[in-house]
Amino acid sequence: MLAVHDLSVAYATDRGAVAAVDRVSFDLHPGEFLGIVGESGCGKSTLLFAIAQLLAPPADITSGSVVFKGESMVGLTDKQLTAVRWRDLSVVMQSAMNALNPVKSIGAQFKDAMRAHGVRSADEIGERSAEVLSMVSIDPVHLKSYPHQLSGGMRQRSMIAMALLFTPDLVIMDEPTSALDVVAQRSLMVQIKELQQQLGFAIIFVTHDMSLVSHFSHRLMVMYAGQVAEWGATRQVFDTPRHPYSIGLMEAFPSIRGARVPLTGIPGRPPDLSGPQEGCWFAPRCPKVMPACTQTEPDLYQVDGVAVRCLLHADRSDHSD
Amino acid sequence: MSMPISGVSTLGPPGQEPATSPAAGQSVPPATHALARMARAVRSNRKATAGTVLLVVFILVSLFPGVIAHDSPSADAYTPRLGPSTAHLLGTTAYGQDMFAQLVWGTRNVLIIAFVAGLATTGIAVLVGVAAAYLGGLWDGSLSVLTDVLLVIPLFPLLIVIAGYAHGGSTLVLILVITLTSWSYTARQLRSQALSLRNRDFLEAARVRGERRLYIIVVEVIPTMISLIVASFLTNALYAVLFASSLQYIGLGDPNSESWGTMLYWAQNNAALQTGQPLWALAPGACIAALGAAFALLNYAFDEIGNPALRPVRRARVKRAR
Amino acid sequence: MTDQATGTPDGSGGTPRREDVPSPNGSPPLLTTTRLTRHFHIGGGLSRRTLHAVDDVSLAIGEREIVALAGESGSGKSTIARLLAKVYKPTSGEIYFQGTPLSSIRSRRETLRYTGLVPMVFQDPFSSINPVFRVSHGILRGLKLHRPELSKDQRLQEAARVFETVGLTPAAEVLKRFPHELSGGQRQRVGFAQALALRPKLILADEPVSMLDVSIRIGLLNLMAGLRDAEGVSILYITHDIASARYVADRLIVMYAGHIAESGPVEDVLASPKHPYTQLLLSAVPDPRAPLDVTAETDRGEPPRVVDPAPGCRFRWRCPLAIDTCHQVTPELRDLLPGHHVACHVAQAGADVRAFG
Repeated sequence: MLAVHDLSVAYATDRGAVAAVDRVSFDLHPGEFLGIVGESGCGKSTLLFAIAQLLAPPADITSGSVVFKGESMVGLTDKQLTAVRWRDLSVVMQSAMNALNPVKSIGAQFKDAMRAHGVRSADEIGERSAEVLSMVSIDPVHLKSYPHQLSGGMRQRSMIAMALLFTPDLVIMDEPTSALDVVAQRSLMVQIKELQQQLGFAIIFVTHDMSLVSHFSHRLMVMYAGQVAEWGATRQVFDTPRHPYSIGLMEAFPSIRGARVPLTGIPGRPPDLSGPQEGCWFAPRCPKVMPACTQTEPDLYQVDGVAVRCLLHADRSDHSD
Repeated sequence: MSMPISGVSTLGPPGQEPATSPAAGQSVPPATHALARMARAVRSNRKATAGTVLLVVFILVSLFPGVIAHDSPSADAYTPRLGPSTAHLLGTTAYGQDMFAQLVWGTRNVLIIAFVAGLATTGIAVLVGVAAAYLGGLWDGSLSVLTDVLLVIPLFPLLIVIAGYAHGGSTLVLILVITLTSWSYTARQLRSQALSLRNRDFLEAARVRGERRLYIIVVEVIPTMISLIVASFLTNALYAVLFASSLQYIGLGDPNSESWGTMLYWAQNNAALQTGQPLWALAPGACIAALGAAFALLNYAFDEIGNPALRPVRRARVKRAR
Repeated sequence: MTDQATGTPDGSGGTPRREDVPSPNGSPPLLTTTRLTRHFHIGGGLSRRTLHAVDDVSLAIGEREIVALAGESGSGKSTIARLLAKVYKPTSGEIYFQGTPLSSIRSRRETLRYTGLVPMVFQDPFSSINPVFRVSHGILRGLKLHRPELSKDQRLQEAARVFETVGLTPAAEVLKRFPHELSGGQRQRVGFAQALALRPKLILADEPVSMLDVSIRIGLLNLMAGLRDAEGVSILYITHDIASARYVADRLIVMYAGHIAESGPVEDVLASPKHPYTQLLLSAVPDPRAPLDVTAETDRGEPPRVVDPAPGCRFRWRCPLAIDTCHQVTPELRDLLPGHHVACHVAQAGADVRAFG
């Protein structure tokens, strides 16, 4: 349903173009839950914006394609995009408090969204608004509430409700749970999964918290420095992570069950993408670095159905990409 | 009379770290860093360049008037009412004074008023506004009342009344009068900005560390508001120019001083426009406008530099995929 | 000191045994609170409504230990930090540090001494350091105020020493940098260094790693454990992340809606949580290494905003085990096992509580 091929996004800065996203490819089937994991600066949010065609100068897509339901999204005019937006593809932003209009009630914002996409009848609007709110377990009486009157969890759920107004085929979520407490996070995730099973939409879920998506996603993509580091079925990536960054990320989570062991995290900090690339971006921080790593840029190698961008797996790959 | 909303920009990068960080080992103080950035910004931003050029021209003129205008401005030694010529670039006034010389020498007076009144106004506004915001409670209440009272009183009539009492005044009186009536607007703005900064963690950290309140206001809060303070200074300088010239025009300045406003006063007295000496009114008027524009341009430019969201959207210099 | 009861007519005389647990090494506790309460007046000038941010909290922190104070937002944990830092004054109740009640600390000198012994580290690495000065500024100012006996050179030396201790090396070079040149993790280390320079006994760390990337958090947590071991500093680690609390803390205090729900040695509390809320928290923590277990039976409730509450357990609306007593009487914190305290009627009645997960 969604095919992203070799997508690259660059920012124009004082020091030249900086590649925030570098040749990312993946495909998404209907009803699939894709998790994209990475820390700050890895390009995951930029990737989302590029897919949804929400990039603004100085960022722009420099190569690759985004094909959604058979149609290329790159290069569509605003008018053409409007037809697709919200009906077929909707976006849930990171912080509801920033994305919701603080001076309008929830119901008024739903109305705005529906009218912007062609629904005129007040009855229809009212009915659908109440319906989506119930879907996310919020009493429809809150259509009259203002965002600041709702708790963080409720605000986030109303954002999701808004995204579902037209039952789109694809919902893109950018860290929707990062501002929530652990209990609210859990209940939100369960809710999202339930809705997905009920309504059958595909989800692209971006987060920095790997453990959060681990139970919910079908496939998982780990990003680093704008590139795909590892990509494959969730269970495979979790049970046997292959890229040293994925391994480091997994081990950076202290567990509440099992033995209490000292952990080390990943030393150093994310690379400065405006500088020249010398081989693998992760080399300076990699515990398994080899001399070749600072000279050759690794491709994505397929190992047991998982794609890994690491020279460690270059010789063991099924076929190079 | 509405002021341009200036300098309200968010400080620093909220939340996420920038993906591009400066190379390690380069320790550049924000002041030098900011100056270098400003220089680059001035060159790349058209408004900044224009404003800077204009301002620099005026400053040079005020510093070296004798170099540009060879005649004495006050000597009424020439034939009155001459038109422009090579001897007298703008002609002469009804009193036989060289207009160009008057204009050039008058620049000094105007610029002094602009900078001194601008600085004084901004200085008082900073003290009152930031103290009110940071101290809160009764301090805030009383300082705000004081500010609001001055805000509410119509500015120009107040100026006239005070200047009238001062029996028309020297430059110093003008500066005092303008400062006294203008600081309240900026104080309000700065108070709002300081209020929004009040709960930043580093201020709480300073409190918890045991710093005294005055120290926190002067050393911790004010330096982080520099961009708004500079923008306020530019605005206040602009309005000082306009107010001073207006007061001089209606005769409340010192009619014997050399200034653009006084030129306008004398031009008005002699019905310059009606008697075929338009340059006598137009030249100083144009200069006032030009200097005002210089300050205004710099103000807008400063906003844009400080707050990237305001920058004019240029075409993306990134090669787009097709 | 009159013990102002704040509306808990449970009839129990005297104070029940709670957190006056001596520290692991047997010495008396460093800091104790007795029925600490903080209310906020909300709703404008004429309103008489009060927000009960913290109610009747009695806890103890010993020497050389890390105590984790865990809870959701609105549980009162940040308010406790500020009460302990002397930013807020208690509405009632008392805080004792090394035996001295905080209410008796009034002069500027005494307050300075206290805040030097009990400094705070803040959550947001991007706003906790003044951006216009070098990172040495905060430390040097702190040293000047709290250790005036040091000369300028000695201050610089001390600043370099603490920077090395927190892992910011080479210290002399990092001291000259500006905040925008450091990463989030490095800035948080600066925060710890600033606290360490004052030679504290107890550091109040208010969610110090919540805003950092996951791979950086471990480094900071290891630093905290190192400070406890090498410098003998106790840390009150406030967090909403139970997993990190387990990783670094010796004891765990779980708060809910202004009350302590459960507290005890961290392994005990996590291995056998007695309070239904603790169980809820634990069941909600995602663990990639745990087997897939997604139940639809998940609590959808929200922690309450406690405004003018009636007596009774504040968790009763979300608790599947609530009984009549829970709606009428506010449970007090009691020992169930040595060192392991719970405030729950059902658990205290001896039932084996299994509410969630």
